[in-house]
Amino acid sequence: MYSVELKQVDKSYDKEHLVVKNVSVTIEPGEFFVLVGPSGCGKSTLLRMIAGLEDITSGSILIDGKIADHLPPSKRELSMVFQNYALYPHMTVEDNITFGLDVKKILKKEKKQKCYEIAEMLGLTDYLKRKPRHLSGGQRQRVALARAIITNSPICLMDEPLSNLDAKLRAHMRSEIRELQRKLGLTLIYVTHDQVEAMTMGDRIMVLNEGMIQQVGKPIDVYNTPVNSFVAKFIGSPPMNLTTGLVDKSSAEITISEQISLPINRLVANNLNSDQVLVGIRPENIKLYEEPSSLDLSFEVTLDHVEILGTETLLKFKWNDNSVWYAKWYGQWDIRVGQTLRLTLDSDSLCIYDGHTEKLLQGPRNIQHQHVQEGIV
Amino acid sequence: MKSATEIQGKSSTRIVTKWKFMYWRSAILYLLPSIILFSVFLFYPLGKTLYLSFFLTDQQGIANVFVGFENYQYILQAESFHKSIKATILFVLYTVPTGIVISLFLALLANEKVKGAGFFRTIYSSTMGVSVAASAVVWLFIFHPSMGILNQLITSIGGTSIDWLLHPDWALVSVAVTTIWMNIGFSFLILLGGLQNIDEHLYESAKISGASYFYQLRRITIPMLSPTLFFVTTVTLINAFQTFGQVDILTQGGPSESTNLIVYSIYREAFVNYQFGTASAQSIFLFLCILIVTILQFKFGERKVHYQ
Ligand SMILES: Nc1ncnc2c1ncn2[C@@H]1O[C@H](COP(=O)(O)OP(=O)(O)OP(=O)(O)O)[C@@H](O)[C@H]1O
Ligand SMILES: [Mg+2]
Repeated sequence: MYSVELKQVDKSYDKEHLVVKNVSVTIEPGEFFVLVGPSGCGKSTLLRMIAGLEDITSGSILIDGKIADHLPPSKRELSMVFQNYALYPHMTVEDNITFGLDVKKILKKEKKQKCYEIAEMLGLTDYLKRKPRHLSGGQRQRVALARAIITNSPICLMDEPLSNLDAKLRAHMRSEIRELQRKLGLTLIYVTHDQVEAMTMGDRIMVLNEGMIQQVGKPIDVYNTPVNSFVAKFIGSPPMNLTTGLVDKSSAEITISEQISLPINRLVANNLNSDQVLVGIRPENIKLYEEPSSLDLSFEVTLDHVEILGTETLLKFKWNDNSVWYAKWYGQWDIRVGQTLRLTLDSDSLCIYDGHTEKLLQGPRNIQHQHVQEGIV
Repeated sequence: MKSATEIQGKSSTRIVTKWKFMYWRSAILYLLPSIILFSVFLFYPLGKTLYLSFFLTDQQGIANVFVGFENYQYILQAESFHKSIKATILFVLYTVPTGIVISLFLALLANEKVKGAGFFRTIYSSTMGVSVAASAVVWLFIFHPSMGILNQLITSIGGTSIDWLLHPDWALVSVAVTTIWMNIGFSFLILLGGLQNIDEHLYESAKISGASYFYQLRRITIPMLSPTLFFVTTVTLINAFQTFGQVDILTQGGPSESTNLIVYSIYREAFVNYQFGTASAQSIFLFLCILIVTILQFKFGERKVHYQ
């Protein structure tokens, strides 16, 4: 198990414009590390720099504690799964899988043995004699996986390996890859733009935007306390609801659309440069207004759209100068489009961001970690 | 009394025949332009050649006496035709493999991502834009016994000059060199296109596996390029069999018939000696040779070709 460390890595293709800016992160040995971000944010570039397929413009990369800036890809002891799989179309599945071993001059018998072991593990034994073009997308994907793990490299890089698969197969392969990584103890760096993959697979995730790190941490922490409004909007589906609020520094209160006012920490309020903040809340923390409480955060809205997803119901409405908001409730609710409802915000679940820098000022207080013991009588 | 189904069956066959007729009529109409062109420029000359090859002709090329297979018998026994076949086979062996290896080498170089690759790509493919006559004349100067740059180079480093086009041992080589040079542009361009079609990720993946450049060349580039290589081989092979222009300008088949390639021999037989019958027989012979070689190539060569 090897670690991978990036130190102030920059990358520029045209010597003017940086596509990766000052990225520093340490990926622990045996960790499932997910790189996530919107299209074009530099994920593939970062991965290719780790693989050695792309030069780094400045900074340095350490693999297993040793500087690897100028090592050729083959010396970095890693394997890679490409987005389009990059299978050799003229070779059979078996030759594709053993290509990495051919180069290393291993005995033929041993090679075959290993190939069968891995084909068994990934359910490919029936297809070993076929050419890649006669395989389905999922099978090709597994060949690409097999090819990556047969070399026993301690580090594995994957660039959006599931993006060409249908939703069902994707869900299946997600858990398969995760299990494989645990079984083999790989240090896995996984690129995706799909935040469901990021949330469900990673030990830690790193959110990138425009080549800069936005946040690194456990998926659940990133979900609960996004450090800026970009992460808040990027992680979660539907994303976190955000709207602008005005701060009154003397009373330390935020007012939203002149209907709601909520208290803010006096220290935080005094340190603000502007009087604008962004108030955010996850859709599941918006409730139906039932009875008045000490802090009234209720407001009335007209629903634009309702989706019943089986286990939950999604409500869409516009509020406070056309901010589009979602509410997500457990269960199947009989609510019609156009209906007017009185909703309330859970005051402990609010995230407050600086209106100017968009950085987190105050996170939620009641992170709902439910412990298993609670359910046991 | 006829049953209803019988009547129905009859009328439905009539409809089918009518529909078939319509189908064929429109198919023929669509094909007509190419059928006319092919007939005028290909099928008619081919038929006429075959016809003439069985006759003795007069000076105008009008068939006089039917001689059956005598023309064929004659050419297969004539020593000059043997010489011509030998020269042609040697010429094909000189030009085709060398030309393809050189073009492949240049294409591999020009496919690298280096500065100025575009410039070299233009240079390497530029021979495609030069006519056979023009390039043959250029080479005529290069091969000139006293003023030619080639001999000047040799003498300047202390060698003895060579009669490139006048010596029976060298003349065929000289024509072959000219032909290779002329063919490179085409082969290069096609091979470069083939190389650029290969997915870059395959090489990246191989690089991560630790494959060396030559290992990648052998296991990835050549197999992936095989359809292109096959195409280029077939085309240059057929072209080599049909070489005419450079022979006419450089050597006129001489010295002592050492460069009398088969097409040139046909030309001389017909338009210098006015033996249209034997010339036609030679043409048919060449046609069969190319046909057989091409069929063999498709039969054996194509097995090794990987198509996407
Ligand atoms: N070879 C290249 N030359 C110049 N610019 C490039 C090159 N490769 C990528 N870029 C630019 O670098 C930026 C980051 O690209 P990258 O491929 O890393 O994005 P990504 O995060 O992987 O996106 P996606 O999710 O769409 O794959 C983009 O703006 C892209 O245009
Ligand atoms: Mg990418």
